[in-house]
Amino acid sequence: MTCSSVQVQPYLLEALEEKFTLHKLDTTTEPDKAARFLRTHRDSIRAVVGTAFVGADAELIDQLPNLEIVSSYSVGVDKIDLAKCKEKGIRVTNCPDVSTDDVADLALGLMLAVSRRLCPIDRYVRSGLWSKLDFFSKQFSGKTVGIIGPGNIGMAIAKRAEAFGCPISYFSRSQKPACINYNYCPTVVDLAANCDILVVACALTPDTRHIINRDVIDALGPEGVLVNIGRGPHVDEAELVSALLEGRLGGAGLDVFQDEPNVPEELFKLDNVVLMPHVGSATVEARKAMADLVVGNLEAHFLNKPLLTPVV
Amino acid sequence: MESIAVLMTKPIYSYLQAELEKRFKVLKLWEAQDGSRFLEDHNQIIRAVVSDGGTGLSPELMAALPKLEIVSSFSVGMDKIDLGKCKEKGIRVSNTPDVLTDDVADLAIGLTLAVLRKLPASDRYVRSGMWKKGEFKLGTKQFSGKSVGIVGLGRIGQAIATRAEGFGCKISYHSRTPKPESSNYTYYPSVVDLAAHSDILVVACALTNETRHIINREVIDALGPRGVLVNIARGATVDEPELVSALVEGRLGGAGLDVFENEPNVPEQLIELDEKVVLAPHAGSGTEETRKGMADLVVGNLVAHFEGKELLTPVV
Repeated sequence: MTCSSVQVQPYLLEALEEKFTLHKLDTTTEPDKAARFLRTHRDSIRAVVGTAFVGADAELIDQLPNLEIVSSYSVGVDKIDLAKCKEKGIRVTNCPDVSTDDVADLALGLMLAVSRRLCPIDRYVRSGLWSKLDFFSKQFSGKTVGIIGPGNIGMAIAKRAEAFGCPISYFSRSQKPACINYNYCPTVVDLAANCDILVVACALTPDTRHIINRDVIDALGPEGVLVNIGRGPHVDEAELVSALLEGRLGGAGLDVFQDEPNVPEELFKLDNVVLMPHVGSATVEARKAMADLVVGNLEAHFLNKPLLTPVV
Repeated sequence: MESIAVLMTKPIYSYLQAELEKRFKVLKLWEAQDGSRFLEDHNQIIRAVVSDGGTGLSPELMAALPKLEIVSSFSVGMDKIDLGKCKEKGIRVSNTPDVLTDDVADLAIGLTLAVLRKLPASDRYVRSGMWKKGEFKLGTKQFSGKSVGIVGLGRIGQAIATRAEGFGCKISYHSRTPKPESSNYTYYPSVVDLAAHSDILVVACALTNETRHIINREVIDALGPRGVLVNIARGATVDEPELVSALVEGRLGGAGLDVFENEPNVPEQLIELDEKVVLAPHAGSGTEETRKGMADLVVGNLVAHFEGKELLTPVV
């Protein structure tokens, strides 16, 4: 099988090497070597392990005639051509739920870090500038949190924010019975206008691409904060950057970007922005649980048992 | 009331000073060339002192102000004011409880998440361009579901517990006596036992003679190499040199610290440990909203006193 990614946790690699013949493929930094390898081994590859960064696009699928399953070491499957997999009878699995808590924790961490300026004040103390501190931060407790996509992760975020006395509003295509105590907003602009902190927690689909656009950002406003723990393409990144630089948006906590690992460098000088290298599920605990799911799904497939967490 | 002289010991907050100046004759001790002389010149008229948690009311200052009736502190902490002596001399004391409870609790959780998930280190990793060279490799730890031990289950301790419960954390605590209304939390009569059973230990108690260095070597060792200490109370509740050596030697996993024994000085070794330690400049109550609320309480207590009414938030 191929394991196409830049880096994967050693625990996962060991588990895969133990049970299968593992080929590690770096399609991003060594594309020529990867292409030659695929031509040589195309017939023997029956499974691909993808990640949030590199999955199995149409091109890769076409090169592997005996591909049976793609097991993704991620929750998001936007890097896998699901339609093509379905068409060719290729199974796809992901890692839902095991990282829900960690992603929700990071969303709260970003909200607190942006509101209370945790990164700048840590830097101030370390630079000996304590007595020169000349700003107060903003309160987090009691602020209205708006959630786009009240799925597992969205609801986990809501539960945590409620413990801080935050009223919850949400947007989704239809009202959800589980959100009876939350304020439903029929449009994203509406939601943005009615919250202090807007969190993107929905899946990335053609419909949700650039769901955060100029209108939404303007509605969120100069006191508003955007938190993105979804996918970079959820946000019109150019609009976000100019809004932050011009002060039309109050702040942002971002774990994902349009073109990872590239991050707009104009954001680097801003103190009202917290930037994370896509680490929503990067805890030791979650990564181990995800690795167990990847291996478990592959084993189930090759033993002709029901898949643990199938997407296709 | 404009003729009533109120002494400010230090510049605290411009909004507070402006509000005091609207109502009282404000004397600024820090602007005096000769502090003792200044006090001598004005000691017959100074009837109130406004100070903060770090400065309080020193014994010398109390002795220099024979007409002092009230100390209104811009803080909830009272460790720098001799409350017994104030009571003896009939001097009223007020503080600023409740308005800052949420912010301090928020910071406690913020520091916990920042330490476990290495937020400042990750943010620096992106800003320095390192992400382009490779994935962030430092193992970060889950917060949800962890055991949180709270030393001091007062207003702030309880607010921290409520927030941690939102993350599915198990709550334990230590206080002088168990709290019957918190029967769903586990009580430990010994801080060492609390530390041994906690992944994260949060100091949220007042600083008193009994709680000085309540976090000592034994407690730190019990918390252990995977444990995290968070201090949003007072620096002196922790034996700082022991804390530093435990972190340097890896006997303690990490720390989130808003307070230090000798602010604004922070031990150099903590400055160097920028992945397992997150530092804040005593910013627990440092939001615009709360600082304004605290200032309004300071002024409100003084006005109530001089109008012969009940103090809003009396301590003595």
